[in-house]
Amino acid sequence: MQPANLLLLTLVLAVVAYGLGYARSRSLAMPLGGIRHLKSLPFYYGARAALWSGIPALIVLGCWAAFQGKVIQLIIIGGLPPELIPETEGQASLLLSKISNVASGALPAGFVEAPIAEAAERLKALREQSRLLMSALVVSVSVLAGFLGWLRIRPRLNARSQVESILKWLFFACAALAILTTVGIIFSVAFETFRFFGKVPFTEFIFGSQWSPQTALRADQVAAEGAFGMIPLFTGTLLISAIAMVVAVPVGLLSAIYLSEYANKRVRGVVKPLLEMLAGIPTVVYGFFAALTVAPFISDLAAAIGIEASSQSALAAGGVMGIMIIPFVSSLSDDVINAVPQTLRDGSLALGATQSETMKKVIFPAALPGIMGGVLLAVSRAIGETMIVVMAAGLAANLTANPLETVTTVTVQIVTLLTGDQEFDSAKTLAAFALGAMLFLSTLLLNVIALKIVRKYREQYD
Amino acid sequence: MNSMNQSITNEVPSEEEAAAGVAESQPTDTVIEEGKTVGKPFADNAKFSLRDVEVFYGESRAIKKISLDIARNQVIAFIGPSGCGKSTFLRCLNRMNDSIDICKVKGSLKLDGQDIYDPKRDVVELRARVGMVFQKPNPFPKSIYDNVAYGPRIHGLANRKADLDEIVENSLRKAGLWEEVKDRLEATATGMSGGQQQRLCIARAIAVNPEVVLMDEPCSALDPIATAKVEELIAELSESYTIVIVTHSMQQAARVSHRTAYFHLGHLVEVNETKKVFTAPEHELTESYITGRFG
Repeated sequence: MQPANLLLLTLVLAVVAYGLGYARSRSLAMPLGGIRHLKSLPFYYGARAALWSGIPALIVLGCWAAFQGKVIQLIIIGGLPPELIPETEGQASLLLSKISNVASGALPAGFVEAPIAEAAERLKALREQSRLLMSALVVSVSVLAGFLGWLRIRPRLNARSQVESILKWLFFACAALAILTTVGIIFSVAFETFRFFGKVPFTEFIFGSQWSPQTALRADQVAAEGAFGMIPLFTGTLLISAIAMVVAVPVGLLSAIYLSEYANKRVRGVVKPLLEMLAGIPTVVYGFFAALTVAPFISDLAAAIGIEASSQSALAAGGVMGIMIIPFVSSLSDDVINAVPQTLRDGSLALGATQSETMKKVIFPAALPGIMGGVLLAVSRAIGETMIVVMAAGLAANLTANPLETVTTVTVQIVTLLTGDQEFDSAKTLAAFALGAMLFLSTLLLNVIALKIVRKYREQYD
Repeated sequence: MNSMNQSITNEVPSEEEAAAGVAESQPTDTVIEEGKTVGKPFADNAKFSLRDVEVFYGESRAIKKISLDIARNQVIAFIGPSGCGKSTFLRCLNRMNDSIDICKVKGSLKLDGQDIYDPKRDVVELRARVGMVFQKPNPFPKSIYDNVAYGPRIHGLANRKADLDEIVENSLRKAGLWEEVKDRLEATATGMSGGQQQRLCIARAIAVNPEVVLMDEPCSALDPIATAKVEELIAELSESYTIVIVTHSMQQAARVSHRTAYFHLGHLVEVNETKKVFTAPEHELTESYITGRFG
């Protein structure tokens, strides 16, 4: 049986266990005079039986599925004639893929040596056996555990607290899964980053002002040495993000203030969804809007007043990115401003303050921590944005503060480094991981600073 | 009671009750004649003179043709069961109802002979003259000093820091809070106790030197000791300010006010000297309410 079907079957068995447990608790309760003589509601007895039946079976299923491949490989390799036993890991994986190709029929058995064809046959048989064994084991574990759980239902059994504690551990496992994934990502990035720093000195990467990651792929190729200075990329990211925030923060904040304080219900009902629609436009659409409409317009305009501007510019990308981010800022700020109690507004208005004085002196300070949170979320969105920049700002890594020149960002370089055929141990590819690690560190730093600021203001204003 | 039933006007009580959102414990067999108030609704030295005031929330009529004078340097208490319109009526006096889109006010409302609802009237100036204290203490999340200085700063009442300091100190002294907070003026106001916060709100209101202070159930969120302090304060303030207080506590109305107005379902049923209202009410609804038969 396929693991997916088996999963479904375990769920069905768990449901059956639930029903049986429920029924048993009721039938035990009836002679005593009703379910109020049970320690818990019948639902909990049913749920307990279902958990007993489901969880061990799922654990067995998961372990089997995770380890069966490795175990079968070991058996196959162990069964090979001594002259074929591979010496290095690379050879082993080559051999194994050959065997599995033969087994799946992609490679006719006549094309390979007899021992390999034999091994392929054994592989097929082993896989079949493994599947059968797994099905039998999972089903029997499920039934047996479910039966035990069912058998142990007593009126005095406190099923409620048992179910509660099992559920608590389940929730914890889910939370742990998310954390473990993050940790895994960090480790894999960190590992590749260290390999990169084995090829390129750390100081060159951090302080280098030259970025041209073209290295020779083969020894006989004539190519540039390759320069891996991240400064131009980070300044490019900062420049574009700064332009985006200059557009998004004032517009977003002021529109949030308008929506929450001035607009009447009808206007708000129309404008807010329209504004939020901006967030629903795919970034690639913003990208070609920036590249085909805004960027040429900016370069024409600059030419008209006698300034030189390239056809792809940081200004175009940043400006359009800012428009994209407006709904983030406005929607979050709007929520925060609305959360400021009406009594504060009334208090200020009753003292004779105008609406804008109330906004400026009472509501805005009270809402500031939340607004900061929204803005920082928008900043990390701007730093991570890739598509608009690829299309509208170009790929040239210029170290410049001139918004009319073409620049590139960290994320864009990661994309260009990793797309296409790549050697996985060249400095060029590994540089992507180093850039990713740096990006991760800087957004982490940003978040820490943001939290600090928010906490400081919260102490002052709560 | 029968004689009263015969003087029924064109009102349909059940609809009105539904509109006003009133509890069902009201005696429904007594009907009030619209615009008719027993007792003495008018005064000679009127600060506010209000005639035929009606307030609408959309279609429903929350205040029905109320006429009343509020006398200068007196405390008048508005009492009545929940939903009777006393808070709505209070909020007309400094136009706090303006911020509610569906709220419409009709009739003549005059402060010192000038129309409050004149479209050309400056609301900021009106509210500087008619201060307000709310049901729940609502200090701004700023320092104690900044809370009191808020109004004077907005209205430009102080030219120098020293002037502002003086205003703040005087207001806090009048509110009986100075001794408690003089050493921690820079502490945040939200860290104070509920009673202190409410007295701070009173200090904040009188810092702009208003002529009238409106109080909307100022003690409903306070414990008895804090309530006693606020009541003491109201008695002191009544020497220099006109005070309108909405309250659910009849004892409080009896303790602090000179005149008492009884509201019922958007009608102003009876107005008189406080002593008179509580000892010899003229209207039977007033009597039922103050004797605790409903409300």
